Amino acid sequence: MEELFVALQDALKKGHVSKEVADLSSYSYDASFGEYMPDIICQPMSTDEVVKIVKLSNQFDVPIYPRGSGTSLSGGPLPVNGGIVLDFSRWDNDITVYEDDLMMDVSPGVITAKIHEIAESYGLMYPPDPSSSSISTIGGNLAENAGGPRCLKYGVTKDYVVGLEIVTANGDVIRSGGRTVKNVTGYDMTKLMIGSEGTLGIITKATLQLIPKPIDTKTAMLQFDDFVTSGRAVSKILRSGILPSKIEIMDKYCVDAVLSTHPIEHVTNDAESVLLVELDGHPLALEAEMKVIEETCQALPGCKVIVARDKHQASELWEVRKLVSPAIVKFGPTKISEDTSVPVSQIPEFFKSIERIRQEFDLNLVVFGHAGDGNLHPNIITDKRKPEELKKAEQAVAEIFKASLKLGGTLSGEHGIGLFKKPFMYNEFDEAGMAFMKGVKKALDPNNRLNPGKIFPDENERFVLVHDE
Amino acid sequence: MTSELIKKLDYDATFDCVQCGFCLPSCPTYLTMKEEKHSPRGRINLVKYAVEGKAKLKDLEEAIDLCLGCRQCETVCPTNVQYGDIYETAVSVLRENRNKKLDSKIMSLFLERNYMLTLMYKGLKLYHTPFMYKAITNTKMLDILPDRLGNMAKILPPVKKQKNHVNKPFRTKKTTIGFFRGCMMDAFFSNINDLAIKILEAHDIQVVEISQQTCCGALQHHAGEMDKAKTLAKMNIEALEKYDVDYYVNAIGGCGASLIEYDHLLRHDDKWNKRAEQFVEKVKDISVIFDQLDLNLTNEINKKAIYQPSCHLQNVQQVFKEPENVIRQIKGLEYKILPEKDICCGSAGIYNIVNYEASMDILNRKMTHVKKVEPQLIITSNPGCHLQMLLGVKNENLEHTIEVKHIVEVVAEACGVE
Ligand SMILES: Cc1cc2nc3c(=O)[nH]c(=O)nc-3n(C[C@H](O)[C@H](O)[C@H](O)COP(=O)(O)OP(=O)(O)OC[C@H]3O[C@@H](n4cnc5c(N)ncnc54)[C@H](O)[C@@H]3O)c2cc1C
Ligand code: SF4
Ligand code: SF4
Repeated sequence: MEELFVALQDALKKGHVSKEVADLSSYSYDASFGEYMPDIICQPMSTDEVVKIVKLSNQFDVPIYPRGSGTSLSGGPLPVNGGIVLDFSRWDNDITVYEDDLMMDVSPGVITAKIHEIAESYGLMYPPDPSSSSISTIGGNLAENAGGPRCLKYGVTKDYVVGLEIVTANGDVIRSGGRTVKNVTGYDMTKLMIGSEGTLGIITKATLQLIPKPIDTKTAMLQFDDFVTSGRAVSKILRSGILPSKIEIMDKYCVDAVLSTHPIEHVTNDAESVLLVELDGHPLALEAEMKVIEETCQALPGCKVIVARDKHQASELWEVRKLVSPAIVKFGPTKISEDTSVPVSQIPEFFKSIERIRQEFDLNLVVFGHAGDGNLHPNIITDKRKPEELKKAEQAVAEIFKASLKLGGTLSGEHGIGLFKKPFMYNEFDEAGMAFMKGVKKALDPNNRLNPGKIFPDENERFVLVHDE
Repeated sequence: MTSELIKKLDYDATFDCVQCGFCLPSCPTYLTMKEEKHSPRGRINLVKYAVEGKAKLKDLEEAIDLCLGCRQCETVCPTNVQYGDIYETAVSVLRENRNKKLDSKIMSLFLERNYMLTLMYKGLKLYHTPFMYKAITNTKMLDILPDRLGNMAKILPPVKKQKNHVNKPFRTKKTTIGFFRGCMMDAFFSNINDLAIKILEAHDIQVVEISQQTCCGALQHHAGEMDKAKTLAKMNIEALEKYDVDYYVNAIGGCGASLIEYDHLLRHDDKWNKRAEQFVEKVKDISVIFDQLDLNLTNEINKKAIYQPSCHLQNVQQVFKEPENVIRQIKGLEYKILPEKDICCGSAGIYNIVNYEASMDILNRKMTHVKKVEPQLIITSNPGCHLQMLLGVKNENLEHTIEVKHIVEVVAEACGVE
């Protein structure tokens, strides 16, 4: 490792390579609850530097773990086998806007919110809006194929990237796609890379597609007496002829957690379930469209509608949703966030299963998420210092996945498989499906140096939160 | 798990951190250094690792030393992590483990007793003489680079101090206020204190000056010298309690923050905790009082202005809106929001002397935003920030186009108080 360290120091700028304990510790975690110490930290600032690092890692047979801002909830960037953490957060400033093409080139460390800001300064929009956008990097978004509330209408990260520059496992630099919306020349390597969680190649540049920014938005909050009806409301809205830009859902526990510290005008905690709906477009159209939504929902039993009178009230209502993920930690310090997705029609059924699991295991199990596209976040709030609770949580997680898959859903809608969901891969794929994916991995990274220990479970691996001593 | 450290470091508080990273974009050292160990999330994790034996105390040093203690991370944290407590225990533990830094020793010497303030005042005056400047740089008395002092010396305002005893207990008025002058503030900016008192009096408030008051203890506290900080706190509580006033008012974001945390500082002291609790309830920043008053803002100030808040006024005293409410009321003033306004300017007590380069990087980032807005006036609420902004303006050669003024000076001008 010492020899490799010296070679890396020669290859990178001063201060961009470290093996001090303070640095190793600082890249040993992400926003999940895993902890693994790397051996060396590198902060590259160019494609050339990345190539040098990859070549050295091959020479010394050491794994590479790409990392953005470490907001992954699935343990994506954790260096489970030690080795090099390739931290892109310093390379955050290479941005070129092609205004007339509605395109933008970015380096991997650019923060998502910065992309939003720059696009807006040109009257344009980059739609993917993960709740972590003020922190996450585009590299991390691409590697996880991140989504967000706006993805209901506009699609996810993969729908807005038209070209990539990739450093391959052997240190070659390749380009996929280009700067055109249409491109079917050769295999679509861009799409293969997106969502590959840093296991197939390292993204060093992305060409993103921007769209005209909608002129205005309008928000309504729908409160329901019962959870299952709120699920039904989602399908009703989507079949009313109007496509909202966002439909988000929170159960009463989430709303309660937020309101207990952030009281918000007009929002009460007596509803079992709350939907937030946002429409975007021309202001005149929005008026008429909101009427349709109101009428559609008022036809459902026990539904109360609050239409935001202005921007201020709208942002207040959205505040409730924004604060949910952190607010629920008040039930306990350890948050096990799941990220299942089910077909929209199955949302009511899925809610019933969640209720059953909550009662069966007697856990703090709350649900919120992107109801419009069926991507729900059941969260178990517990305390990792209490092993008995964790044991129950382990079983409950398995039950949640089972319920989702039974309804035609999937393990992960947007957070990725990473480390913590890999034990369940065989629940979703059969042997042939897994072998096909493994074949791709083997072809592109034969020596398993890029983010090893992720996505593919070890033999007989099962999901554990507590390790028996 | 080292049992000794678990008692001394706030290990429990580190568990509230879910490592979401929401604090990263609000941390000045992370923004300028782009290394995780210089982020709040990194620092919290290092403290946790130190207790768990995964890192040594010396591994914490650089990260904790370079923290400004601005506590913006605490304000933005969605899970309410008490970073201030974690940081405070870390500073304290590190301090026990190494020789006291010469500079903090000198600081506490100067600040400890009220009579020392006079000495300090003289010392500061000497600062301006070439003799003292040379003496300091030659002897490396403060163990710091000459250019830091050079730069600081250039921006220090000429010291003028005319003790002004405003003590008119015979006037019966609606509100009475005990005024806390602060030591640094009074050495550099005694005119601002005087103006603040005059404005209050012009609005029918009775102001009592408390003669036995001493340094608030902020610098000692931040240097981890808790015993000294506690002694100073008790002296101040004792001094102010003697007067039957409605509020204890100050015009210094940093000192006010220190005063308002006396209850926290003395929480384990059974004899003092109740008294401290009653004390902090009365501590108010001058801008809060201004905001409550119907200010007689008669004069126009025809300038484009920005406001650079004091971190401790916001993140510790929880005073966010009031200064801007007041500024927006001033006639003629075109108020613009400074991008990244809530991020520390890099002054942070004596940070800009001890960690000069880091502080200048933070200041340069601040000044790029200032230059984008092109203000004619920068309004401040704390002497440290005030000096730092003066330095920023000077570094950019903008002295002729941008003025730096304390909010009290601006309100005084608008109210026609001289
Ligand atoms: C509070 C909170 C809210 C969140 N909300 C959402 C949400 O609404 N929607 C959503 O989709 N996610 C959400 N997430 C999850 C997370 O923010 C996303 O997965 C995000 O895309 C991760 O970005 P990052 O820069 O932090 O990457 P990291 O966490 O550092 O890394 C993520 C993965 O990307 C890989 N990687 C990083 N950079 C590169 C690169 N240049 N080349 C190849 N591989 C790379 C890493 O190896 C890792 O596997 C949330 C997380 C938090 C903490
Ligand atoms: S301190 Fe707060 S904001 Fe920062 S990572 Fe921890 S929980 Fe998130
Ligand atoms: S106190 Fe300020 S400098 Fe220190 S970690 Fe928090 S935001 Fe960063």
